[in-house]
Amino acid sequence: MRWMASAAVAALIAAGIAMLAPLPARAQETGPATPSVASPPLTAKPAAAIAPAQTFHIGVVRQLPEPPPWIAPLQMPPDDLGIAGAELGIRDNLTSGRFLKLDYKLSTEIVPTDGDPLPVVQKLVEAGNGFILLDVPADQLLKIADAYKGQDVVFINVGATDDRLRQQDCRANVFHIAPSRAMLTDALAQFLVTKRWRNWFLMVGRTDGDKLYAEAVRRSAKKFGAKIVAEKEWDYGPDARATAQSEVPRGTQVGEYDLLIVADELGEFGDILPYNTWLSRPIAGTQGLMPLSWHPTMENWGASQLQSRFFKQSKRLMLPLDFQMWQGVFAVGSASLKTRDSAPAKVKAQLLSPDYDLPVFKGVAASFRDWDHQLRQPILLTHATNTVTLSPQAGFLHQTSPLDTLGFDRPESACKLQ
Amino acid sequence: MKRPIMLSTGIAALAGLLMVDALPAQASPRAFVTNERDHTMSVVDMNTLKVIDTIKTGRRPRGIIASPDGKLIYVCASDDNRVEVYDAATLKLVKTLRSGPDPELFVLHPSGNPLYIANEDDNMVTVVNVENNDLVAEIPVGVEPEGMGISPDGKYMVNTSETTNMAHVVDTSNNEIIENILVDSRPRIAQFTEDGKQLWVSSEVGGTVAVIDPATWKIIKKISFKIPGVTDDAIQPVGVRVTKDGSKAFIALGPANRVAVVNAKTLEVEKYLLVGQRVWQLGFTPDEKFLLSTNGNSNDISVIDVANEKVTKSVTVGRLPWGVVVVP
Repeated sequence: MRWMASAAVAALIAAGIAMLAPLPARAQETGPATPSVASPPLTAKPAAAIAPAQTFHIGVVRQLPEPPPWIAPLQMPPDDLGIAGAELGIRDNLTSGRFLKLDYKLSTEIVPTDGDPLPVVQKLVEAGNGFILLDVPADQLLKIADAYKGQDVVFINVGATDDRLRQQDCRANVFHIAPSRAMLTDALAQFLVTKRWRNWFLMVGRTDGDKLYAEAVRRSAKKFGAKIVAEKEWDYGPDARATAQSEVPRGTQVGEYDLLIVADELGEFGDILPYNTWLSRPIAGTQGLMPLSWHPTMENWGASQLQSRFFKQSKRLMLPLDFQMWQGVFAVGSASLKTRDSAPAKVKAQLLSPDYDLPVFKGVAASFRDWDHQLRQPILLTHATNTVTLSPQAGFLHQTSPLDTLGFDRPESACKLQ
Repeated sequence: MKRPIMLSTGIAALAGLLMVDALPAQASPRAFVTNERDHTMSVVDMNTLKVIDTIKTGRRPRGIIASPDGKLIYVCASDDNRVEVYDAATLKLVKTLRSGPDPELFVLHPSGNPLYIANEDDNMVTVVNVENNDLVAEIPVGVEPEGMGISPDGKYMVNTSETTNMAHVVDTSNNEIIENILVDSRPRIAQFTEDGKQLWVSSEVGGTVAVIDPATWKIIKKISFKIPGVTDDAIQPVGVRVTKDGSKAFIALGPANRVAVVNAKTLEVEKYLLVGQRVWQLGFTPDEKFLLSTNGNSNDISVIDVANEKVTKSVTVGRLPWGVVVVP
């Protein structure tokens, strides 16, 4: 305990001073001298002393992604990537929930790249976890969601960006915290169109994810009136670091364009493109100027408080997956303050209620789209050391929420929740 | 009375008003404005509406209040983790007080002691004896504590936590939380009315102001705002001030760049006054003839004529003006 004061002194200061002001200095000098070591701290009662009325059991399943062929030193993923965010979410939930006698427990499971997450999910559900955060590939996510169809378990997708999970493959028991690729590329497209950088050169990597990202870029270009003037597939191998200076200039001679958009989700080549292109053009997409849910350089709208809480806890910077897991856990927490009931069906109804909102530290409240359960939220556009802007950009109007200019709006939705 | 030819009609009228009001000789009320990005505090003479001094403060000055006698100015120097106390007459730094980490807003007990400080980074309210800098208590509250209000009788201190979305009511006799009131997202300010019969809590992201009855700690009404041509997302209530007679309330609406005038009896919004950009906090002059608003993005303060509900002037101050207090 850094300080100790007697109950008598505190009572005097807090309540009695009204009559004594200005306070005689002597009263203060004698006050703290009274024996006070044994007196209890004058703070509110610790949460542990109160039996929780309701406990919210939240599970996290993270399947490790396939590692890229090489990792730049600054891109090394921390061991507790994502999980640290979930842990902070639990802390924040506890800080809020103790006032209503609500308790939160986190169970974390890591599945290897070639493992099967379903049995792990089964274990968590059997242990009473009614809310499961999933960072698993889309196919695995669907398998899990379908295995629990109609049961009282809420799945929260914090990792998979696949558009199809919000469209034809959407599921009624899944909420999406992770932004879809469509949301990310729409956010980028709005900014580029605002800058009048409308002619894009698209460079696509070799993975399936890269092709889906490129698909989202094409869709966004069409949606916001940009033009893809050239397109190439990266075919200089998985590790072109040594030959980039000679190969990239050759590979980027595609005529005139405003900006190179790169689709390289694993980070195999995107970072070696800048300054190696034939023309002096900026780079955006999965590298360069990146649309992201979060970044350590985000500081407005209270973001610096979250960054600082995270740093205090984990002694590192908060990355997008950390933020998404924090959001997933906190989404349950903020709904729980209203339901005060840990039944997943009640929490689910609250997540979808019109007055539900989730703090995301981006100036406006986030909420879930009722047509596909996607969290609508602003998207950052950031490079390695600065958040340039947040989309939606001013001027992209919408009849209900400007946030619905990002991703699949109600009229475009192919989702039939079941 | 002869009209000074150098002044515009507006200022002349304002100056005239103040003069006619027979303020004591040389006692010209002064406004103190914290400039978050400049690490300074602007001092504005309320008779001339000119900045008469700019004082260097600790880093990132935000919350600002005055002692009940108006002689001391307390400033939260957020990035220096301390409270600075200035002499309102000499403008000199008198002393610094402990604050706990990242102090943002605070409130003084009506008697002038102790000081209750919201520690935004630490989920805590720190209670400090302003006479001797003793730590009186640390009260654990919700996530990101921010707004601080105290009942006129000093019995209840209310803190809002921005991410927990609650107003926590603390019994000041034992510093225990006695009630937690769920309000809309990102509650910013807690303000009791002068008669202690209402507590107003603004929710920045929720876009509402909850009016709470301290007899039951239940919400009587949530006031919401509609401004033609302004999206709901941009309506973000922050600063709240209610006149002493309980007739009018003023609500700063952030990026909506407006201050709402609310009939405090009927709790209906009556008018929106266009002020500077990202209007943040509000402060009355001691006679409540004028209300000042800090406009963070246009780096100025707006002067609002309370009786006529009109914005009469804006005064350029430092960068990102945050809080304001006016002393006699």
